[in-house]
Amino acid sequence: MSGLSMPKPDSETMRRRDEIVADLAVIVPGEGVVDAVNEMRAFESDGLTAYRQLPLVVVLPETVEQVAKILKYCNERNIRVVPRGSGTSLSGGALPLEDAVLLVMSRFNRILEIDFPNRAVVAQPGVTNLGISVAVEQEGFYYAPDPSSQIACSIGGNVAENSGGVHCLKYGLTANNVLGIEMVLISGEVVRLGGRHLDSGGYDLLGVMTGSEGLLGVVTEVTVRILKKPETARALLIGFPTSEQGGQCVADIIGAGIIPGGMEMMDRPAIQAAEDFLHAGYPLDVEALLIVELDGPGVEVDHLIGLVEAIAHRNGSTTCRISTSEEERLAFWAGRKAAFPAVGRISPDYYCMDGTIPRKELPKVLAGMRRLSEKYGLAVANVFHAGDGNLHPLILYDANKPGELDKAESFGADILRLCVKVGGVLTGEHGVGVEKRDLMGEMFNQIDLDQQMRVKCAFDPNHLLNPGKVFPQLRRCAELGRMHISGGKLPFPSIPRF
Amino acid sequence: MTTFLPFTPTDVATAVQWALSEEAPLEILGHGSKRGIGRPQQCEHAIDLSALSGVTLYEPEELVLSAKAGTPIADIEHLLAQNGQQLAFEPMDCSRLLNHDTRGGKGGTIGGVLSGNLSGPRRIKAGAARDHVLGIAAVSGRGEVFKSGGRVVKNVTGYDLSKLMTGAWGTLGVLTDVTVKVLPAAETETTLAIRGLTDEDATAAMAVAMGSSAEVSGAAHLPYGVTERVASDLRGADPTTLLRVEGFGPSVAYRVAALKSLLRNAGQIDEVPDRNSQTLWRDIRDCAPFADGTARPVWRVSMAPSEAHKMVLALRMETGADAFYDWQGGLVWLRMEAEPEADILRRLIRRFGGGHATLMRATPAWRAAVPVFEPEGPALAALSARVKAEFDPKGILNPGRMAAAANSATLAEATEENAS
Repeated sequence: MSGLSMPKPDSETMRRRDEIVADLAVIVPGEGVVDAVNEMRAFESDGLTAYRQLPLVVVLPETVEQVAKILKYCNERNIRVVPRGSGTSLSGGALPLEDAVLLVMSRFNRILEIDFPNRAVVAQPGVTNLGISVAVEQEGFYYAPDPSSQIACSIGGNVAENSGGVHCLKYGLTANNVLGIEMVLISGEVVRLGGRHLDSGGYDLLGVMTGSEGLLGVVTEVTVRILKKPETARALLIGFPTSEQGGQCVADIIGAGIIPGGMEMMDRPAIQAAEDFLHAGYPLDVEALLIVELDGPGVEVDHLIGLVEAIAHRNGSTTCRISTSEEERLAFWAGRKAAFPAVGRISPDYYCMDGTIPRKELPKVLAGMRRLSEKYGLAVANVFHAGDGNLHPLILYDANKPGELDKAESFGADILRLCVKVGGVLTGEHGVGVEKRDLMGEMFNQIDLDQQMRVKCAFDPNHLLNPGKVFPQLRRCAELGRMHISGGKLPFPSIPRF
Repeated sequence: MTTFLPFTPTDVATAVQWALSEEAPLEILGHGSKRGIGRPQQCEHAIDLSALSGVTLYEPEELVLSAKAGTPIADIEHLLAQNGQQLAFEPMDCSRLLNHDTRGGKGGTIGGVLSGNLSGPRRIKAGAARDHVLGIAAVSGRGEVFKSGGRVVKNVTGYDLSKLMTGAWGTLGVLTDVTVKVLPAAETETTLAIRGLTDEDATAAMAVAMGSSAEVSGAAHLPYGVTERVASDLRGADPTTLLRVEGFGPSVAYRVAALKSLLRNAGQIDEVPDRNSQTLWRDIRDCAPFADGTARPVWRVSMAPSEAHKMVLALRMETGADAFYDWQGGLVWLRMEAEPEADILRRLIRRFGGGHATLMRATPAWRAAVPVFEPEGPALAALSARVKAEFDPKGILNPGRMAAAANSATLAEATEENAS
């Protein structure tokens, strides 16, 4: 991926930069246009920090009208646009392009309405994910999807990436918790999808927009569902001598009809790193550590804790601790939540992957990863959203050693190929972005990709929004629209008709 | 009239390619149980998917099931029940409302259920059909077999065309295979019945219940006269507000008690136990109160829960309508006295915060005369037409079922505009 090729900059746009900057300053007066190189540095990369690129110019609109004018302006002049929320994407979704306007939505930072009777919050897209929960917590409500970047990541970015978190199995992803959006098309047209009601009267374009990685439109308002907080939550910390036993325990819990609020697994290297970092009291003599959190009314949680404990025991757990206080529950989680920085402490750099697999394939995939680890000579630690099969291998490397980043990326690509091979997918929650763009062919054939790109054509026929992301090669819409109809003489006797 | 009976996705593609070459529109059929929904079509030919049947993968511990699109929904629900699981979105059976003959097991297919995205009472807690679709394979109006999604819950690889196909009523592609998330069925359930509330008070009570941590999985209100038309032990014509609690035994008992305490000032509260509760919610799911064997217009309206009853009140000032509510009050079923009164209804929906209305039952003449699905504003309607054109450039799949404008001439225009 270090040899990442991005769309060739448009020389005409580059030549007219001064004019574009001046025109944008008319649309967004005041401090809304950033064109000095030293000030644009802050925007040159997102959460995928291995890649940096200065944009043509940065614009920070404040109103929907300004967003519409900017997009219309760019569309009419064939100028590319890269939308950005808080810039926490782990897949390079907000990586700027040299010839593109970087459209930063961070000034859209107000909560517009809190509607408790309909359990909805209407927010501008720059409001942080956690900001929504904080705004409603005095009434005992919260917003369920909780990506680990929730302090910083924006709700508009969550829509673009269909962000997840540790509670997805029970409470769903962003797509399952968003009721409506207002968005601006590249044409400058403003469209509303959904609202405070449920479902769509026409095509589910909201479903397509969610997770479209900024390629279809720019979200200017989001309506989300909020939920009442569960009365209680308790966790079990369970250790197993093998990952197979841990995996079977997960399967048996779900097989027993239990859907935990959270179910996380760590492998030995991740346990070791977390314990060294935090001294959370994790057992060090196990191959797999499982955290199972049950939430709901106290009586239900107590009932289920008993069931899970028995299942763990049947699967040969060597340790099983049950939280008896909120402090203890948080302590169980502390090591897991600090897994990334903990791994960061034992290695100069780490590369976080994001495949999803059918849960039962976990032992096979872990074994495959161990083989790859030997082949590439790089260590890997695993944290795993065990409930929904989302795997986050952390590949340890040193960017200062020549060739090691390349090696880490090749290792990562091989892990994702392995995920797809066992029936899984390239990305569970981080998005394709630039990172997994060139691996799309592992999951989709050309017809599949062409049909996705045709959806892009319906929204953005000139491919001006966030080009170079998601699709290995963006084909021209005219070319995609062509049909090859094979004559009128098709008897196909194999198909019965009556 | 040719009806194709494909046995494989390749057969489906061949049939669509033939239709393309003939420019002959195709009606896409499962069991035909929802054939009466949508604008009447003038298709000379049809594809009948009922031979494309069978569960191809079911792993209860992975909470996943794959099936060919023509698999009877009843077969899938039976298989899941044997393993203590279910389709949590509670798919609606339209047969009763639409007077569809279900003899010979023609009670609807999984492909049809998803194409209509018609979810039942548990929608408010568990999500819609579209929230449970993990992946699809389909044949586009270009005659190409394509796939989207996968078999895992957490997946953001590429655009979610599975959701787009769900609720598209067969106008974008012919589903051939689907993969859905399945979930454990509740060990037990209890329904609380509050008697005598006005629509307004019922809406408030349901909002209190849904805003509590009691995890209510169904919240419906049957106004005066509707209670008698659902199967239950509830006596009399008085209004009934229903709250369903599902889960593990001890948890249900606890939450039922909590709800009773929370709503102690709302009025008399009865408990409807497990089996009766199941029958009761099935009737609400399938709109049994208006399954009267007639073709009188029935609307399904989705609005913000707090606003819907205000719309109904205003509607009754202008025309005669029977109503009952599901989804915390946000889903309104309306049976009109004579004509659909689409303009009045849609004007009032807009006045009370917006939403959408679908004409679920009406004579073909009415379905040809008024928009069955909620008309979209100009920018959105144009976008939807462009999306349709990208999947079905010649307008051969269920043309006109959702939007009247979708004839091949305007679509060709939209495609050209796109390409230029």
